[in-house]
Amino acid sequence: MKTFVGIDLGSTTTKAVMLDESGEVLGRGITNSRSNYETAAAVAKQEATVAARLYLFRRALGSDGSGRLDGLMGDLERNFRLEQFLEQLQDLQTTCAGFVTPERFKGAEDKAIAALEQVFERLRGETPAMFGRDAARKSDFFRDIAGSRFMQIGEEVAQKTGLPFDLLLNVYDKSIIEVENRPPDGDMAGTFQRALARVLAETPDQVVDTEGATKAMDDALAIELEETYVVGTGYGRVTLPFPKEHIRSEILCHGLGAHMMFPHTRTVLDIGGQDTKAIQVDPAGIVENFQMNDRCAAGCGRYLGYIADEMNMGLHELGPMAMKATKNVRINSTCTVFAGAELRDRLALGEKREDIVAGLHRAIILRAMSIISRSGGIASDGEFTFTGGVANNEAAVKELKKLVNENYGDVTINISPASIYTGALGASEFARRAAVN
Amino acid sequence: MNAQAASQDVIKEPSMLKQKAMIAANFDKLTSANETGQKIAATYVPGNLNELIMCFDMGNNLPEINAINNGMRKKSGAMITEAEKQGHSEDVCTYVKADIGNMSRGAIAPNGKPMPVPDLLLLSYTGCFTFMKWFELLRDQYGCETTMLHVPYEGDGKITQNMRDYVVKQLKEDVIPALEKVSGVKFDIDRLREYLRKSAAAEDNLVWVLESAKNKPSPIDAYFGGVYYIGPIFTAFRGTDDAVEYYKLLRTEIEARLAAGKGPITPEGELTEEKYRLVVEGPPNWTSFRDFWKMFYDEGAVVVASTYTKVGGVYDQGFRHDPDHPLESLADYCLGCYTNRNLPGRVDLIEKYMKEYQADGFLVNSIKSCNSFSAGQLLIMREIETRTGKPAAFIETDLVDPRYFSAANVKNRLESYFQMIDQKRKGGGSAAAA
Repeated sequence: MKTFVGIDLGSTTTKAVMLDESGEVLGRGITNSRSNYETAAAVAKQEATVAARLYLFRRALGSDGSGRLDGLMGDLERNFRLEQFLEQLQDLQTTCAGFVTPERFKGAEDKAIAALEQVFERLRGETPAMFGRDAARKSDFFRDIAGSRFMQIGEEVAQKTGLPFDLLLNVYDKSIIEVENRPPDGDMAGTFQRALARVLAETPDQVVDTEGATKAMDDALAIELEETYVVGTGYGRVTLPFPKEHIRSEILCHGLGAHMMFPHTRTVLDIGGQDTKAIQVDPAGIVENFQMNDRCAAGCGRYLGYIADEMNMGLHELGPMAMKATKNVRINSTCTVFAGAELRDRLALGEKREDIVAGLHRAIILRAMSIISRSGGIASDGEFTFTGGVANNEAAVKELKKLVNENYGDVTINISPASIYTGALGASEFARRAAVN
Repeated sequence: MNAQAASQDVIKEPSMLKQKAMIAANFDKLTSANETGQKIAATYVPGNLNELIMCFDMGNNLPEINAINNGMRKKSGAMITEAEKQGHSEDVCTYVKADIGNMSRGAIAPNGKPMPVPDLLLLSYTGCFTFMKWFELLRDQYGCETTMLHVPYEGDGKITQNMRDYVVKQLKEDVIPALEKVSGVKFDIDRLREYLRKSAAAEDNLVWVLESAKNKPSPIDAYFGGVYYIGPIFTAFRGTDDAVEYYKLLRTEIEARLAAGKGPITPEGELTEEKYRLVVEGPPNWTSFRDFWKMFYDEGAVVVASTYTKVGGVYDQGFRHDPDHPLESLADYCLGCYTNRNLPGRVDLIEKYMKEYQADGFLVNSIKSCNSFSAGQLLIMREIETRTGKPAAFIETDLVDPRYFSAANVKNRLESYFQMIDQKRKGGGSAAAA
């Protein structure tokens, strides 16, 4: 079948969306952007393909509309990730072993190989639990999960075996870059089949029989996904190995993507890793005007990332913490670095962390409000759609809703759970139109 | 890219070479004033009284032009830092800081020789309050004679007889006596008439050149090329034979381009495909002028009309220096400069350009350090969008502070903007500027 792919190369994450000929979303994929956009694009695309295969599998199973297949699909995806993770772990171990050289280990090479084997054996051992049904993962990216576990296990093993942990860490650091930047080769069919076998083995009371499921999987995998047209967008778009006509500005892609998600959209706010843009679109999703931050990326996603680092927290923990605020703490600085200083100052004054963090969220949204007004404000004859990574942050959304209401009254605010894919979605639709029209 | 792959050498037409020689000769004249004894006036571009200054055998030194020159030669950054060291804040107009910094470094002209201390600071106040403060600093530095022509702001969008009389009265009672005193030369109105006749002749040809952009494709870029075309008429050459010849030469060249159906010349050769016709408000960025220009011609964008090429006179709207009414026409010239017009007047002019030049879009290049003219530009943009239905965009750079030119951001916005024009044109179709 013909497919149309949009890739959004962001400063933090790279997203891909795959459409079929009718414009239906087959799959979405996301990965961290690394410093290698080409790999990031390839990985995101592969992730979208994985999602597309899952979609096709489900379609092959047929649906009775009862939603009973949801559990099976969830299990299959989990197990696919588990299989994928195990493959990458194997790759990481092999790569690490390659760095165990006499220059580095001065005769302790065998000990190092044995230590690595121990580390990876333990990592492999705990992996199934990490991908268990109710397991919560701090991140979905291999680098993040493998990295944090390697630190802990590696240190314990190093201590026991009397090997300097620094050396192991050095080997890991070198290897993870290689592994991460290795374009996926992907025996995807094999991974899917193994994942399905795990699912069928782990839960005998499946809604479909083994034979039916296996056949549906084979059918889904047999469909050739022809990459008919690809369009790239986002900050790294010029580095994509595409000809120029396959590249679109992220402004246009976000405008169109928001229109596709919510057809009554007239104003779009996108807060990404390093830019904030306000876009006005016409009833067909065509951009009429836009404004974005320039020179300074304060008030963007990275601002929260910086604050999370300052507070020694995970990025995803900030929003929930801010939701617990009971008091308004004003953060005046529009500069990320100064806001960090202000944060420490407020802490020293005895303000509560949650109240300060809520204030920081408000500071971001205040900046966004200024960009919105410079783009012409929120159109009164349509809906307002909030996109980008920061739209996943409930505290940012709460502040935005409050400020939009104060400034523009009762406006319909749309936030899609897939909002991070807005740019890629627009790009994929551009790809589809380019090929179909 | 659209410009023909040319050699690394920038193509120079005879008019360009002529202008280059004129500018070099003028710098030589200025920097040898101490030896020749020629008296020098320093004055600003908008509303400058070059013909009048010439009546007193005086040279004309324009600090903004020096700042632009230093900006294009990548020297302004260090000068600005120097001025900041002396206490001028980050937000001060960067023309001012480049000039102040340049003075502290010996005021070296592009020919490597020091600029003379001016004998007269002649300020025609046409809409920029900073000019006044700038001259206060120069007066403090040089301790020379200073005179100011107060040009009333066109608050109601028109020139009244009262305003004209007021300017003429100042010319007679303050400016001319000051020039006489400094130069020791008696004012001769017939000499002024002669210069004004030459100004008008040059202005006719300039207007023809600027209006050639109404053709499709336009044979000129009325912004990036335009800043060169206005060079002589905006500065120390208006009223000279050199300027008359320059504009004759330029017109002949453009006539030939037009007849051959050619597009504008860019630093990398001729633009072969005109994809977007734009009207631009605001000065260009000087420190990254070539990079900035390239962002346009690489995409096939041609500026067909610009307001910046009207800051030293809005000749295309009918004004000419008039030998029959010499002082009155100098007054009208000062009063009518683009910098002296009110916001509604600026909007009307831009709207007219959008329509007459069949532009696809309107772009504002807002200057970070210019409070006088950046204020209201978003409003201008909205109004133009509403009146013309054409897409508009807003970018921010600076005059001569290299720190304020963020190439990646500007490029990103311009690319988005060009694609936006394209998308609008195709009514939501997909192909970008293929």
